[in-house]
Amino acid sequence: MFASSQNGADSGWEAKAVEFFKDHLKEKEARTLVPSLNDVPLHYLKPNSLVKFRCLIQDMFDPEFYMGVYETVDPRLKAKVLRCGKYRDVTECGVDFNSRNTVTAERQTFYCVPVPGENTWVKDISSQARVVPSTSYAPSRQKRSYEEDDDMDDMDTQPQKQRETHGGSQTHSEQHHGNGDCKRQETEAPSNQTASASHLDLNFPLPGEKGPSCLVKVYQDWDGFKLNDVLEVFGILSVNHTTSCLLFVCTAEEQRVHCPPASLVPRLHMLYAKPLPHNNPLLPPTGLEDNSAFLSSTLSEMASVRAELLAYFTHVLLGDALAAEYLILHLISTVYARRDVLPLGKFTLNLSGCPTAASYTERLYQIIQQLVPSSFYLPMSLQNMNQMRLVPKKDYVANRLVSGALQLARNTSLFLDETQLEQGQLDTTGVRNVTALGNLISWQKVDYDFNYHQMEFPCNINVVIASEGRSLLPSDCQIRLQSQVAPAHMDEYLSAVHMHPQASSQLNKFRMYLSVARQLDYSISDEVTKSVEDDFVDMRKDDPQSVSAEDFHRLLVVARLLSLSLGQTSLSTDTWSRAKHLDMLRTSRMEQHKCVNGNEP
Amino acid sequence: STGDLMPMPTSPATDMLSPAAAQDTSLFSSPRNCLHRCAKLDMSSPLMYGTPSSRVEGTPRSSVRGTPARQRADLGSVRKAPQVDLQSEPAGADGAVASESNAGQRLVIWGTDVNVGTCKEKFQRFLQRFIDPTSTEDENAGLDLNEPLYMQKLEEISVVGDPVLNVNCLHVQSFDAELYRQLICYPQEVIPTFDMAVNELFFERFPDSILEYQIQVRPYNALKTRNMRSLNPEDIDQLITISGMVIRTSQLIPEMQEAFFQCHVCAYSTRVEVDRGRIAEPAVCRHCNTTHSLALVHNRSAFSDKQMVKIQESPEDMPAGQTPHTTVVYAHNDLVDKVQPGDRVNITGIYRAVPMRVNPRQSNVKSVYKTHIDAIHFRKTDEKRLHGLDEDAEQKLFTEDRVQTLKELAAKPDVYERLSSALAPSIYEHEDIKKGILLQLFGGTRKDFSQTGRGHFRAEVNILLCGDPGTSKSQLLQYVYNLVPRGQYTSGKGSSAVGLTAYVMKDPETRQLVLQTGALVLSDNGICCIDEFDKMSDNTRSVLHEVMEQQTLSIAKAGIICQLNARTAVLAAANPVESQWNPKKTTIENIQLPHTLLSRFDLIFLMLDPQDEAYDRRLAHHLVSLYYQSEEQMEEEFLDMAVLRDYIAYARTYINPRLSEEASQALIEAYVDMRKIGSGRGMVSAYPRQLESLIRLAEAHAKVRFSEKVETIDVEEAKRLHREALKQSATDPRTGFVDISILTTGMSATARKRKEEVAQALKKLIQSKGKTPAMKYQQLLEDLRGQSETAITRELFDEALRALADEDYLTVTGKTVRLLA
Repeated sequence: MFASSQNGADSGWEAKAVEFFKDHLKEKEARTLVPSLNDVPLHYLKPNSLVKFRCLIQDMFDPEFYMGVYETVDPRLKAKVLRCGKYRDVTECGVDFNSRNTVTAERQTFYCVPVPGENTWVKDISSQARVVPSTSYAPSRQKRSYEEDDDMDDMDTQPQKQRETHGGSQTHSEQHHGNGDCKRQETEAPSNQTASASHLDLNFPLPGEKGPSCLVKVYQDWDGFKLNDVLEVFGILSVNHTTSCLLFVCTAEEQRVHCPPASLVPRLHMLYAKPLPHNNPLLPPTGLEDNSAFLSSTLSEMASVRAELLAYFTHVLLGDALAAEYLILHLISTVYARRDVLPLGKFTLNLSGCPTAASYTERLYQIIQQLVPSSFYLPMSLQNMNQMRLVPKKDYVANRLVSGALQLARNTSLFLDETQLEQGQLDTTGVRNVTALGNLISWQKVDYDFNYHQMEFPCNINVVIASEGRSLLPSDCQIRLQSQVAPAHMDEYLSAVHMHPQASSQLNKFRMYLSVARQLDYSISDEVTKSVEDDFVDMRKDDPQSVSAEDFHRLLVVARLLSLSLGQTSLSTDTWSRAKHLDMLRTSRMEQHKCVNGNEP
Repeated sequence: STGDLMPMPTSPATDMLSPAAAQDTSLFSSPRNCLHRCAKLDMSSPLMYGTPSSRVEGTPRSSVRGTPARQRADLGSVRKAPQVDLQSEPAGADGAVASESNAGQRLVIWGTDVNVGTCKEKFQRFLQRFIDPTSTEDENAGLDLNEPLYMQKLEEISVVGDPVLNVNCLHVQSFDAELYRQLICYPQEVIPTFDMAVNELFFERFPDSILEYQIQVRPYNALKTRNMRSLNPEDIDQLITISGMVIRTSQLIPEMQEAFFQCHVCAYSTRVEVDRGRIAEPAVCRHCNTTHSLALVHNRSAFSDKQMVKIQESPEDMPAGQTPHTTVVYAHNDLVDKVQPGDRVNITGIYRAVPMRVNPRQSNVKSVYKTHIDAIHFRKTDEKRLHGLDEDAEQKLFTEDRVQTLKELAAKPDVYERLSSALAPSIYEHEDIKKGILLQLFGGTRKDFSQTGRGHFRAEVNILLCGDPGTSKSQLLQYVYNLVPRGQYTSGKGSSAVGLTAYVMKDPETRQLVLQTGALVLSDNGICCIDEFDKMSDNTRSVLHEVMEQQTLSIAKAGIICQLNARTAVLAAANPVESQWNPKKTTIENIQLPHTLLSRFDLIFLMLDPQDEAYDRRLAHHLVSLYYQSEEQMEEEFLDMAVLRDYIAYARTYINPRLSEEASQALIEAYVDMRKIGSGRGMVSAYPRQLESLIRLAEAHAKVRFSEKVETIDVEEAKRLHREALKQSATDPRTGFVDISILTTGMSATARKRKEEVAQALKKLIQSKGKTPAMKYQQLLEDLRGQSETAITRELFDEALRALADEDYLTVTGKTVRLLA
């Protein structure tokens, strides 16, 4: 009967505590008070404290059963004590396995990595934005005794409730009251990440990534999370050394992956997680709908920012204003819906005619990198295509999903540099990689290799292909770069492009603009629908060959993106004709080029 | 150990189980009897309360004694029920059981409500009485369905000597729900009881039979859990059945069951059973009282085989966007090496959770359990496919509600239109093509004529889509690939013949040659979507000939010669050679595919861009709304993809339409008509293959209606669709008539006639030239052009020359033409 009352009380406070955290974390200030694993090196964080982590779910492990409630026996006193096993890795000494009060519960483990390809400016801004956390500097923490969950108490937001329930229920571990709650030492966390000295493969999707990866334990609603979701996880950090224990049944390989040393891969017991619609720190983290004030202020500015951005891109793209227009459209595109297999809203851009001189494509990427929150540069050299692992593959020996470069968060910019392609032969891997890229572009999905079968994961990646001629990959839209710069001055011009980086306030404006434009809602009124339809019929009447259904698809996307780029949330006839005009300019340029250079397919 | 197998009817327990008692089950089940037996046996033998058969010694049953019991590692390897102290059993713990049964039956296994006696009795009654006249399982093939099923199986055991009795839990459930509940909840206790029961029964029936060891009961098909994802802590220590795919099997692990110790001093030996993975090493020799003199002798210890098998959720069971779960399964004894990686299996076993110790020397435990399943029964779900029996092993289970909604849907008069419009709603119009694909998804009825020597008749409908680029052919293929459970998608450009069929490779682990199957074999019973069919190399295409008619794949490479089933429907898409469809040319000329292959497609559709205003307007509207309507609006308009998928699966499994009398008449008429049309113009416009296509299509249409009979309306629709497809693809561009010979011979009848005419004209021309043994090629062409009133192309001229060469009239060498005669 003691057990039942205890259980009843337990289930009550657990729900309440989680609710409490959720409420408090909705407030902006509370959120920033929580130290982030992304910015603060692990050894500066106090174990068993509340932390946050901005991450991507890279792999999902099997669910595990743990002792939700268990009973310990003190051999000296013969007293039985009920304890809660939630949010922790290790039980106290002397567990009574035959106790009838043991409640087995289930939790899920996700392997999370920092958002792949997150650009340095995002990291810098978000670490600046944080209030220096009240972490206890405890480098010698392994000496600390394990306390109750109350270790979280040193957060300002911590309720007293939990302590009460614990204190009230049993008389164990009185010591924690006086312990360490108020020893706050402001610490200067160095801004540079501690490079995880890694003999251990942390399984980052992209090569050369840094940062901590984390095993996130999820206690409820884990079905709601999907692979490759970007989350902000609030949870209790656990770096218990004994967690990196031996699992007595699995292989050494599997053991390495599932139980890496906690000092390298900390455990995070999730209290609450929020899916992030974007990872741009300049925008409010919640959806735009909740921030009407912010939205209206940015909307009014959008047209002017767009003009500035256009000028900047025109400059970067060797004075080609049309290509600059298309680049803007591409950067704000996103897959907003799927109709059975067809992704809507994708806008893969093929920039052909890129000069090969002075590593122009790389410079171009660096500029894009400055503007989008996450991006990845993939030189399509023969060696890369033949050797890189693009598609994630399940490793059954280690029982994990070995990541590949195409395991990217939504709205990551993937810059494919085809100018790097040289003559030679693609081997099996190469062919598979090129097919994977083709699938990614046409269907916005990646078929993960599960050895016995393939599994399709939808994705939402902005692909831009820079090439000399027409790309060997499919694309939604090809634009030929028309350089206004004389070839003789090319080198000079190119080096100048990168010479004056924009002022950071200007850059921030651009960054904000691109992220906001992507998130706007969009609609077409019935009138405009009608006129658009009429337009299509008219175009077909003149020359049925000129406009195919595919062209119309593209036109609709261009019109959508063009409206959004101007900050308009519905299509106007004006924008429609402007979109048509843009597309006409583009196609005529293609025609022209075909005439000049006959071998262009 | 077989010497003393003869029954020894001395024990009182056997007397009670005299044949009369066994047959008269009412007597058998009387509580007095039971009480008597329990008192006699159970009090004296603690075995009854442990896990009985985990002991190595035979049970006290005299008739059974001769046969050694084999340890059931699958049941008792991890934990053993503590033995009960009868006197101190708290009344409250099993009060419910006690109240409903009489006093004697209050004796239950500790921690459960299982009474050994009653349980045994119930099970024996089940074995003796259970009859399932409607059984369709292949395991019961050859058994008399009106006789008690399991008694026949016991008889089989006595003949074959394989001491394993597989028991379908569903049967137990339908016979005695309470027994089933106990079996599910306390398998560790109930299954040994079953073992005892069945052994008693068996040795009583077949006292002379010799078995290697005692019969083991293997229950399977426990309905409780089907999906790995739904396993939760409540299932621990219960009997579960889950399905999945084997991904890894370990090496064989010898697990010690009993340790053998020998004293160094006096050579006294003793055996110690392994308890929860530990051996309590005796410190003192009981014989000579020397301390620490006992040493473990490995050779004489008893080991059992154990194997770790990893299974993974089957891809169908998984929610989108998540990775598959895996579970560890331990197979014991003869279940070791029963399954191989890649097999799809249903596993019945006991779900276990073991706490993990952080460090063997510390009492700290990780608060996480390690879970695994101790396998009791494996059932391969794809086994039958290899034997080619039928596919109902993969039967999807439909809930009553679902079946009801599906049937309601089927009853609607416009179900055909509804379904076809639900197919790939994002693709505009092309109604007939969608209908064709719909029929392909359902497929015809499979017929077996192997008795009469014609083998299997193809039931799958093959479809070829050809047409202008950008007419969403690929999208349609992608949709179909996503819709069907066993779909494969390949592109003609990227696939080689081996990728489609099968290849032999060396397994990196075992270093053995293994057969890796390709797309066509993998899509057995499904649809293989092949994009860019025209870009496929001839070599690759040639493997399709066998698949598309015989539905098998023959492989002979690296010492592996076999024939694999490839009962797949092919949905192919091809682009015209000149990138744009040339309406002045025939289908063959446009897509440049060998006609032998083309004739194997039941339906060939042209996806052309129709160029008229009304169509454009509808298309524009469709596209704009596609980009602008919200997700919900679209859902309302069309059937859910899941419903469609279930509908198709249901029809494919349960509906097998047969031709009705009227329908066959209508088919005959249709065929005769088709031939008549042709014969009127001196050509044949239909071949038996077309008739077969018609039958298949009609059957598929009947399936769409959930009708067991093919009726005239089905034939009408099949005819219409076939005609539509023909009209589009087999129209002779020169005459505008439908001409099937375009597909079957690659050349229209008019074209053939024209060729002959030219050849004759050429022959005349040459003859008119008199006795010139050699002529200039160019000169001859000019002459013929001058003479003829219709234009003569160089190709036509070449063909005429070739025709004459075939007649041995002339030969062409370089630029000169020589007469032979």
